[in-house]
Amino acid sequence: MEQKTVLIIGAGMAGAEAAAQLADNGLRVLLLEQAAQAGGNVRNWAKLFPDFTVAQDVRRQIFAQLDHPNIELHTDTAVATLREHQGRWTAEDEHGQRYEADAVLLASGFTPFDAGRKEELGHGIYGNIITSVEYEQAILTGRLLTTEGQVPRRVAFLNCVGSRDEKVGNNYCSRVCCINAVKQAIEYKELVPDGEAYVFYMDLRMSGQCYEELYRRAQQDYSVHFIRGRISEASGTIDRRVQLKAEDTLTGLPLRITVDLFVLMVGMEPSTGTRRLASQCGIAGEYGFARAAGTFTADNLTARPGLFLAGTCKRPLTIPETLADARSAALQIIDYLK
Amino acid sequence: MLLESSRTFIEFLQDTSLFITVKSSHFISFVVPFYLGCIFLFTVLIYKYVKWIQGIDPRQRHAMWRNLFTRRPWEALKETVLESLVHHKIYKRNPVLGYMHMSLAFGWFLMICFGKVESSIYNHSLLDDPSFAIFFRFFVREKGLYPGQNTLSFIMDFLLLVVLSGVAIAIIKRFHSKVVGMKKTTKQTAIDKVALTSLWWIFPLRLLAESVTAGLAHNGSFLTQSLGNLFVAIHLPLESIELVMWWIYSLDLCLFFACLPFSRYMHIFTEVVLIFLRKLGAQTTEEFNGYSMVQLNACSRCGICIDACQLGFSAGVDNIQPVNFVADTRYLRLTSEVLNDCLMCDRCVAACPVGVESTLIRQQIRAKKVDESKLYYAYDQAEKARKKYNVIYFAGCMTHLTPSIITSMKKIFKEANERYWFMDEDKGMCCGRPLRQQGFFQQADELMLKNKELIVSSGIKLLVTSCPICYKTFKNDYQLTGMQAMHHSEYIDYLIKYGRIKVDRSDLSIVYHDPCELGRGCKVYDEPRRVLQSVGTLRQAEFERENAFCCGNTMGNAILPSEKQQQVRDDALDMLTRCHPDVLATACPLCKKTFSGGNKVKVKDIAEIVADNLEKSSNFGGE
Repeated sequence: MEQKTVLIIGAGMAGAEAAAQLADNGLRVLLLEQAAQAGGNVRNWAKLFPDFTVAQDVRRQIFAQLDHPNIELHTDTAVATLREHQGRWTAEDEHGQRYEADAVLLASGFTPFDAGRKEELGHGIYGNIITSVEYEQAILTGRLLTTEGQVPRRVAFLNCVGSRDEKVGNNYCSRVCCINAVKQAIEYKELVPDGEAYVFYMDLRMSGQCYEELYRRAQQDYSVHFIRGRISEASGTIDRRVQLKAEDTLTGLPLRITVDLFVLMVGMEPSTGTRRLASQCGIAGEYGFARAAGTFTADNLTARPGLFLAGTCKRPLTIPETLADARSAALQIIDYLK
Repeated sequence: MLLESSRTFIEFLQDTSLFITVKSSHFISFVVPFYLGCIFLFTVLIYKYVKWIQGIDPRQRHAMWRNLFTRRPWEALKETVLESLVHHKIYKRNPVLGYMHMSLAFGWFLMICFGKVESSIYNHSLLDDPSFAIFFRFFVREKGLYPGQNTLSFIMDFLLLVVLSGVAIAIIKRFHSKVVGMKKTTKQTAIDKVALTSLWWIFPLRLLAESVTAGLAHNGSFLTQSLGNLFVAIHLPLESIELVMWWIYSLDLCLFFACLPFSRYMHIFTEVVLIFLRKLGAQTTEEFNGYSMVQLNACSRCGICIDACQLGFSAGVDNIQPVNFVADTRYLRLTSEVLNDCLMCDRCVAACPVGVESTLIRQQIRAKKVDESKLYYAYDQAEKARKKYNVIYFAGCMTHLTPSIITSMKKIFKEANERYWFMDEDKGMCCGRPLRQQGFFQQADELMLKNKELIVSSGIKLLVTSCPICYKTFKNDYQLTGMQAMHHSEYIDYLIKYGRIKVDRSDLSIVYHDPCELGRGCKVYDEPRRVLQSVGTLRQAEFERENAFCCGNTMGNAILPSEKQQQVRDDALDMLTRCHPDVLATACPLCKKTFSGGNKVKVKDIAEIVADNLEKSSNFGGE
């Protein structure tokens, strides 16, 4: 019997895990990645919540599986068009190179919210205002410093930047930022034990396993201050610190605070690839994410036979959820190609 | 001889006892309804107008008395002719609609004038019985009695034809409003329907009555005589129906006059009153008063504002437009939704042929009672200016949400070597206008008083603000005597004009969005355009200047759901980006924030574009 081919778009966590599962099951996998190397967003993470696992360890484990005779990885390959004709799928990249397959798995993932769209928060306008992604990179390089090269004595984290925000058109919750802010605040306190960390939130959604415990530890063991209220404005001061204006909605009082570093917990938005391919295939759902055929039993399927979904191209997911979802998608594809 | 013949006729009627003689030899019973209607109408009108004029702000009223003896009444007269009779504003909008209004209003007016000329010549008196002119053809049943009779008859018939054509268009409009270029037309109240129907019938009834008389007496001209001859040809019993026709005509006039003060047709007289009051110096104040009543009654409910309203054509909100708001207010059925769901963008006011300032009237009605408005933040205040400065910079609370405008302004101030006091650098200050728009006058006054103290005590003569909302209130509400308030677009224009900053021209393609408060609100249209032309190529948008769209965001509407706001924004963005500009320039932080959220095109404030294009040679050492 001829070997069937599966085309996977996106070599992040979801794409890599699904590729490994499919390859182990004897299918040929074409794994296309638009970046110069596989890895996706997770390449930017230092440590993972809720147990501070080193992200690189997880990554190494997942991506080591790609070294498989059935897997063909093409980096620097952004899919421009995706078409189906009589059960055969053809993807064409920006250089006109074509890839043919019997099934397609869309694993094109998310992109972090562009904090510049919340201009009032000052990202890109004043110094010492960074996103949670930039914070991870600072931890990775071991240089969590202000633009003046000082150790920040006071850091504020703001949740829900670009999530649950009607004004930017994203009403959904990105699900990972609450616990990530707790994790990052603890990381800061470990680096600067006598520094002050503030987390501003609307409400804290500690729904995963061990999340609530981590939140409690942040308060009890690390003295992180949690303030319920959104920050309305940030601006630079003359001494290049950041002044924040907020309202503490528990006390009902307006609040003003000056910090050395201001971290914006940016949410997840569908990546440009996700947006483009989902709308091209007619499966664009809310907010530009790809829409699955059903909520319960068809979460990896789409309205198009042979087109499957895995990971954060559907909605914000954590890494464990993404991996489980990728395996589930692989099973569905194996079943489809039988 | 004529008098004799008419007397003979009257005697004949007397015999049939349909006729009552009172003083005038021409008095005939069917004029009674006409007279009753007239007396009723003018009594009500005078009562209402006296009451409303008494309700105008006393200071304004005194100024108006003085203006009575200037050339202003003559200007009002000219405007009355242009607007109330010729309707040139409606003409500009749509010729068919303009013709309809003109043929009805001006045509009818000319009929009254020429009718009066006819009867005055005939009676050798200007002070003859008014009804004689109205029912002239009934009374004067012979031809060749005085020079020009045929010509006048012809004119009267011609005018009747013109008016009838207007009525025909009105009837078509009522059922197919697209014919006159309007998407929607307004809802009618019961009394409007009676008034409308009686108005439509006046002219066909006049035609019938005159034609019947023409059939009997051969005193008609081309229209009435032809129809009269036709009646004779088909053997209508003209003798027996003649009086009936004139009775119906008179009754119909009576019915229309009686309905008029309570229907939309109140605008016929009130529009003239409004024009005179306005020319004499009446202004919309913050209190709902007699002048507001005059404006509400001057609305003809033409519905032009419906097509101007973006909440209508973008967001499907169809019950809040001025025409609805005005009618609801007049008939005491105003709901809080109709009152509050408004962008306050003034597109409707700019389009209104009568000039009803409905947005200001909304604001008047929104005024909160003191006990309603306890919610009040104790806003922090800035410190007094400590040094000598030349300029006050008031960014505005919205500009603090778009900090790149502030950094750009700082850069421009630095480039111009301006010594400025950043009055609201510490944030937390408010100009007071958002409170005003929501009707919190007392709180706004408190804030404004504190701000004014700070401004006046600084001794600075120029205030520059980045926010058109603040600008409008500093300019109009603060009464900063001896001081000038400028929006930053005007200020930058001034800096460029006097060479205090130099800009490089780039190949940037720019489309400019007129913010409502800066454009329609303060009539600043040219300065921002001049500034943008000096840094790039300015593209044209389909709707500009006083017709510009609103971005959909406003301090004046606290109840608009965000999806509707986004519909308004997206339509405005579509319109503005049709020319594929590199950048959409605004001059208002609120517009900038709103359009940025649309994620369609790069949006920049005019200050940012200028700061980015400051002449390179002088731009080193900048921040």
